[in-house]
Amino acid sequence: MLDFISRMFSKENTSKNVAKERLRLVLVHDRANISPQLLHSLKADLIAVISKYMEIDEDALEVNLSSKDTQVALVANIPVKKMKRAVGD
Amino acid sequence: MGEVIVVTSGKGGVGKTTTTANIGTGLAALGHKVVLVDADIGLRNLDVVLGLENRIVYDIVDATSGSCRLRQAIIKDKRLEGLHLLPAAQTKDKTAVTPEQMKELCAELKKEFEYVIVDCPAGIEQGFKNAIAGAEKAIVVTTPEVSAVRDADRIIGLLEAAELKEPKLIINRLRARMVKAGDMMSIDDMIDILAIDLLGVVPEDDQVVISTNKGEPVALDEKSLSGQAYRNIVKRIRGEEVPLMDLESESGFFKALRRLIGLK
Ligand SMILES: Nc1ncnc2c1ncn2[C@@H]1O[C@H](COP(=O)(O)OP(=O)(O)OP(=O)(O)O)[C@@H](O)[C@H]1O
Ligand SMILES: [Mg+2]
Repeated sequence: MLDFISRMFSKENTSKNVAKERLRLVLVHDRANISPQLLHSLKADLIAVISKYMEIDEDALEVNLSSKDTQVALVANIPVKKMKRAVGD
Repeated sequence: MGEVIVVTSGKGGVGKTTTTANIGTGLAALGHKVVLVDADIGLRNLDVVLGLENRIVYDIVDATSGSCRLRQAIIKDKRLEGLHLLPAAQTKDKTAVTPEQMKELCAELKKEFEYVIVDCPAGIEQGFKNAIAGAEKAIVVTTPEVSAVRDADRIIGLLEAAELKEPKLIINRLRARMVKAGDMMSIDDMIDILAIDLLGVVPEDDQVVISTNKGEPVALDEKSLSGQAYRNIVKRIRGEEVPLMDLESESGFFKALRRLIGLK
């Protein structure tokens, strides 16, 4: 069983799977024609919008396209420093 | 009226010229009238792969600029009836032919030849744009490596943007042993990623180098696996249905080997 699991594990880590995963990721960027400038302005807009609701760590903010299987996702990691007090009504 | 097929890749050195030479040779061996056009101006190669380097008098630039008649620039192979070459110029650059001239040239050639196969230079600049200008169909060559497949993907996008729809893929230099060990992307992996039709798979084969040394395309070598792969590709271009050789599983490889040396 352990052997089976370790085999499974090593299969996952074959260099061809690494190649395939890297290729997939790089093609997501290529095909979407996402330039660093575009990601940069997307980041700036995100900061502007989110800052209306909470205080975020702008320097640690990360925005990237990522792919899993056939899905492409925009993954943002936005550390929140402080929530703004709800004004309520 | 013949058809014009461009062989392209994006990345350099993946086997465009080898593929062009072998497809042309294979088609001519089946009795077709073929002309191979070397569009890699400045880096002439197709002539040496075909063993025709000593017969060149005029080239593609002479023909398109009117310094000679088209007929004069085309070299006829002496071994294979039907095989012809229009060589590239060696001392000019990629701008020596315009896309319009290339279109005219291809239109002229397909009146006389059943197949016009254009060997494209590497890259996506002017040389690429020229080479595809007169083509109706495209073949994309890649090797099972991240950089080559990435460039192939870019080329497929550019071909489709240029109205060259549904390009076909040739995977070159596949190493069955490495695929089996999980150290090389498989045919399925690449088809899955690029999402285009497969025209054929050519194994990594020393015979390719040996035959190129001699200027005799490997498609004429009955005993080599790569020769068989090219002959299968040629049949598929003619519209025949030929199953893929089993290159990936070791048993299949040995089976093919045994068959080749007549052990059945
Ligand atoms: N299946 C194969 N097995 C072994 N060697 C190969 C195979 N295919 C091509 N080669 C070798 O790879 C080298 C590059 O091939 P080739 O010149 O056809 O590539 P190319 O794409 O036309 O290059 P360029 O971009 O410079 O025009 C050559 O030395 C050739 O012999
Ligand atoms: Mg070449």
